[in-house]
Amino acid sequence: MQQNNSTRSPATIPKTSGGQRQKLTRGAIRIEEVVKIYDPDGAAVMAVDHCSIDIPAGEICMIVGPSGCGKTTLLNAIAGFHDITSGQIYLDDELLCGAEKPQAEPGSDRIVVFQNGALFPWKTNLENIAFGPMMEKKLSKQAIYDKARSMMADAGLSGTEDSYPGEVSSGLRRRVEIVRALMNDPKVLLFDEPYRALDSLTKSVMHEALLEIYYKNKVTIFFITHDLEEAIFLGHRLIIMSSRPCKPKKIVDVDIPHPRDYNVLTSPRFREIMNEAKGVVNAEAKKAFEAGEKEG
Amino acid sequence: MKFNQLKKKFSGRAVLRGVSAIIMFIIIWELGARSEEMLGYRVPFLGLVPPPSAVFTSWMGLVGDPSYWSSWYMSFLRVFGGFLAAMIIGIPLGLFMSVNRTFYGIAFPSFEVLRPIPPLAWVPASIIFWPTQELSIAFVTFLGAFYTIVINVLGGAQSINRQFLQAAQSMGASQWDIFRRIIFPATLPSIVVGSAVGMGITWEVVVAAEMISGGGSDGGGAGGGLGFFIWSSYVGGSYEQIIVGMISIGIAGYFSSELLRQLGGYLTPWLKTR
Repeated sequence: MQQNNSTRSPATIPKTSGGQRQKLTRGAIRIEEVVKIYDPDGAAVMAVDHCSIDIPAGEICMIVGPSGCGKTTLLNAIAGFHDITSGQIYLDDELLCGAEKPQAEPGSDRIVVFQNGALFPWKTNLENIAFGPMMEKKLSKQAIYDKARSMMADAGLSGTEDSYPGEVSSGLRRRVEIVRALMNDPKVLLFDEPYRALDSLTKSVMHEALLEIYYKNKVTIFFITHDLEEAIFLGHRLIIMSSRPCKPKKIVDVDIPHPRDYNVLTSPRFREIMNEAKGVVNAEAKKAFEAGEKEG
Repeated sequence: MKFNQLKKKFSGRAVLRGVSAIIMFIIIWELGARSEEMLGYRVPFLGLVPPPSAVFTSWMGLVGDPSYWSSWYMSFLRVFGGFLAAMIIGIPLGLFMSVNRTFYGIAFPSFEVLRPIPPLAWVPASIIFWPTQELSIAFVTFLGAFYTIVINVLGGAQSINRQFLQAAQSMGASQWDIFRRIIFPATLPSIVVGSAVGMGITWEVVVAAEMISGGGSDGGGAGGGLGFFIWSSYVGGSYEQIIVGMISIGIAGYFSSELLRQLGGYLTPWLKTR
């Protein structure tokens, strides 16, 4: 599986990286036997049930499951927005949360790209992107803004620096948000169905842009989606989750070589993987539907 | 872009319609008011009102009168005094209630008990417990803006997208950073809206308060504010001046709101594009 770990500079797109993830020394997530029980009004609801997932550093790991299955609960636990009931989550063998510390500390090593976007509307795109380093206060303001401008240029965002997020298209906003995340030099990017609200054409542009960003940056990607096509196109691996309570049902390796472009979608291998995954996903979606799960 | 917006606003059919409607209104008013001398028959309602030409003449006479301008000045002073006090106390109070659960639990119930009391109901009480008339009028105008501002700030701060806070937290923002860079700017649009509404209420309240309390007896009759100006015109039987007073308050209120709109637009530039 690991035959193609060619060394390369981070700024060039690897030509021969095969289907494999980037070989990184940081950004491995280990989720062990995580359980999350919500108990809002006496009636305990199990959102996540003894879920174990091992994500090697540098992987694009797609968490696929029906709406409301508890995927976001898992993401929130990693990000530190929620506690867990039992189990442990490690980032690079360091405990994020576990028995003694049920809620992880939010940190700039794990940045979430939210479903509806969480760019600050009162800050310009440039100020948004500079926000993380400005909070860390490790660099001078000038250095931060210089870095932000060059990262924006790399991501094709030149000319939108002084616009407010509300002034640019939704596709550009998503890109600004990813660049903002990357400015923090995170080990892991956590995506919570970021492209859910986009139309399919914008979506396909965003997918290629995301892959391009991934090839240029050393980062692990934990990506939640219910869109199987998106999952296969982007991911090294799909973890198909069962409907509530959420737990891995089936793992599908996507052995289509990176870098990928949209021609992949019509390849026979893509169809094969699609067929392999579809049955499981549909069965879970049906179960979720019958259980009357709500969106979320 | 700004010029274009302005051009768009003040050109074309919409303006033509607006201007001709106002001219029609004035003509009908004039004719109605003069119906008795022209037709020998008094049109109901309008026949009792002084005609706009007489109002205009009366107004021109007042423009040179310092006591008319001192009415403006007094009302403005009270409105802005009460309004600024409401902002200075109301905004921090609303913000603090939204970030501190304990304080919210203590302050909000009393606030909600007092809020339904109309500011004008406070007039007699405030005359009793404030040492001067001036302070009691300012206090009532303060109340007019205060509740609206607090409720808007509180509502704005409580409806902040949680993900803004989570994102800021992930990126290493401290509690103070989150307050200063997230909660405060996110609440600014609500502060602006609350202030604009509060300003409108302040004008309503100041006029009534001036009428009731006699415009501040320490002012010695002259300079009792626009509300008192209307009231004394009524008592003195100068119906033209009543209308002058009414229009003056309309103009004053408009300028106050416009000032706030401009200020609000300057403070929340990101909303301009919507």
